[in-house]
Amino acid sequence: MSLPQRKTDIGPPHYKQFLPPVIQKNYGQWKYHEVLDPGTMVHVAESGDKIYTVRVASPRLLSTDTIREISDIADKYCEGYLRFTSRNNIEFLVSDKSKVEPLKKELKDKGYTVGGIGPRVSNVVHTQGWIHCHSACTDASGLVKAMMDELYDYFTTKELPNKVRLAVACCVNMCGAVHCSDIAIVAVHRKVPTIDHGRLANVCEIPTTIASCPTHAISPDPAKKSVKINPDRCMYCGNCFTVCPPIDIHDPENDGVAIVVGGKVGSLRSNPKFSKLAIPFFYNEPPRWPKVVAAVKNILETYARHAKQHERVGEWIERIGWEKFFKLTGIEFTFQHIDDFKFARETFRTAATFKW
Amino acid sequence: MSKKYDTPLLDELEKGPWPSFVKEIKKAAKKSERAADELGQVEKSYKTKRGYWKHGGIVGVLGYGSGVIGRYSSLPEEFPGVAHFHTVRINQPSGWFYTTKALREMCDMWDKYGSGLTNMHGSTGDMILLGTNTESLEPIFAEFSSRGWDLGGSGSAMRTPSCCVGPGRCEWANIDTLDINYALTQEFQDELHRPSFAYKFKIKTAGCAVDCIAAIARADLSIIGTWKGDIKIDQAEVKNYAKNGMDINAEIVDMCPTGCMSYDGKKLKIEDEDCNRCMHCIAKMTKALRPGDERGATLLIGSKAPIVVGAMLSWVVVPFIKLEPPYQELKDLIRKILEWWDENGKARERIGEVIEHKGMRSFLEYVGLPPVPQMIKEPRRDPFFFWAEKDLK
Repeated sequence: MSLPQRKTDIGPPHYKQFLPPVIQKNYGQWKYHEVLDPGTMVHVAESGDKIYTVRVASPRLLSTDTIREISDIADKYCEGYLRFTSRNNIEFLVSDKSKVEPLKKELKDKGYTVGGIGPRVSNVVHTQGWIHCHSACTDASGLVKAMMDELYDYFTTKELPNKVRLAVACCVNMCGAVHCSDIAIVAVHRKVPTIDHGRLANVCEIPTTIASCPTHAISPDPAKKSVKINPDRCMYCGNCFTVCPPIDIHDPENDGVAIVVGGKVGSLRSNPKFSKLAIPFFYNEPPRWPKVVAAVKNILETYARHAKQHERVGEWIERIGWEKFFKLTGIEFTFQHIDDFKFARETFRTAATFKW
Repeated sequence: MSKKYDTPLLDELEKGPWPSFVKEIKKAAKKSERAADELGQVEKSYKTKRGYWKHGGIVGVLGYGSGVIGRYSSLPEEFPGVAHFHTVRINQPSGWFYTTKALREMCDMWDKYGSGLTNMHGSTGDMILLGTNTESLEPIFAEFSSRGWDLGGSGSAMRTPSCCVGPGRCEWANIDTLDINYALTQEFQDELHRPSFAYKFKIKTAGCAVDCIAAIARADLSIIGTWKGDIKIDQAEVKNYAKNGMDINAEIVDMCPTGCMSYDGKKLKIEDEDCNRCMHCIAKMTKALRPGDERGATLLIGSKAPIVVGAMLSWVVVPFIKLEPPYQELKDLIRKILEWWDENGKARERIGEVIEHKGMRSFLEYVGLPPVPQMIKEPRRDPFFFWAEKDLK
């Protein structure tokens, strides 16, 4: 059988053909919205038209069978329209109010997790991990699954002071915006990479390899037609491995994850901010990473107990101060918490106005 | 049909209430040898605590350099189904809206040529088809493109632009994010598909400062909708919020970062000149408060994750721009930005890093943007500034 005529550079399908009729009609004319419950919101247009959104969690990795199943559900309740969110939730778009409750019932009966709207935990943005990435030093889907099994109620029912954005990155490349999340897990290496000199000479361009190091730890090794690494300067970022695979940074015994906290992207109240280090290291403990999950839960629940209404994690910490954050969470403070990378001095305290 | 593996560790991740990715792989594995071997290899990773994917590899479709990421197992004899397990990035529709008809068509094509596993969606926004072999790439592309789909960006290229739900379903959209996203994606097709940059370049468009798309943290060019003029107040609705139990002083007025609001128990007042449009009050009183009438966007540049020299958030370079079709001013500015980056960037340097080492002035002068106070948090603290010849007159 011959293949159809291929076309190039046509771009994506035009979005308009995928918008439900009520959205086509009221496009750009929305007046307000209300969160009706943790999994449902309604948007009301100037015209008085309404569209209901029912949100469910997805594991991001979806089989075609599951996509067909959610399509069947959307055909039944949503005239065949649905969307995904930037955090990999599935949103069923319902224009007929009478179908909202039956839809939710069917979703729950079929084992779908309805929730994630409003001041709670939404779906977790994460990377590929061992499922598909060459530079992963932990899994991502497994960590998310283990963590969200434990925090399930914060997606479906329980309320927090504000929304809490969780994220997991399986290496410091951070394909998942971990660097600006409320509480996030990032996988880290802790040992200087090993070099396969024989392969390196054949595979890698030496100047590019040297230039890839942000701390100038790599220098030429002319005798071996290779490079050498100054261990005092290496911060295990793995960038050299990315440009030169014979430099292997994976080390199953010493790789693991760190937890960072307090980042956000929205500008509400306070400006967007980076996540900062809370816990520098946990060993990988597949399949359920119990210590990591417990640590995330501890930070989340300490925040839930102490933050004011509407404060994000980072805003709460800024108000109380980091010394109090460590005290309240019981997290041990170590040398790794004191920055020694670029701009470190910006993070040192310059006043005697700290708390005991 | 396919080889079966014992997966005691992954089976643990089928337990518990949150949706399980292991169940998804198992569903696909019933029909696909590739998915079955994926399951086997991931189980091995869980046992040994390391991945078994080889580093990249150049594969693609004819005439494109982007859109497919080569992926090979380092254990092809043990897991032949994942000997090749390439990723195909399909350019997603603006705002991730779909019809079920389109999704089913996608599933049929992917079952025919791939593992039956997808990511809905990847971090850059694309629909990700996970796991096929080199021979299938041309057929996949032929099938998808004949039905109106195209590949997304990968490598040192314009990455697939993405945007928030915008005017499709949000009252805070100050700009038509879906249309801007579509227009820019179409405009930069060549840059998306044929990598010719020093490194990746991402554009993300958010309709307001809530930034549901994380544009400010993840996009080399962050387009964030905003407004000029007064926030519109419906005082009757303010009363309703108070009546329904909202402590307006504690929850709204006291949390305003600029202190530009007051409430005397009857009327909410805003000194709009002092408002920095952070969105807190509007987001908490959706019925009572709305953005002002003169809508546009702030353009910011340079954000990225930590590799190589530390994470960056985007910097303001255009405080306000009207964005209306055909967005010519924006397109021209982006071309200018890319040109400057091309002339000054070293390999694997994102534009934010180039601005750091060349200086913001060099960038602003080249692209033709005047210095304004909105660009900075504070003026410099040191007296070591450069004077250009023309400054001395």
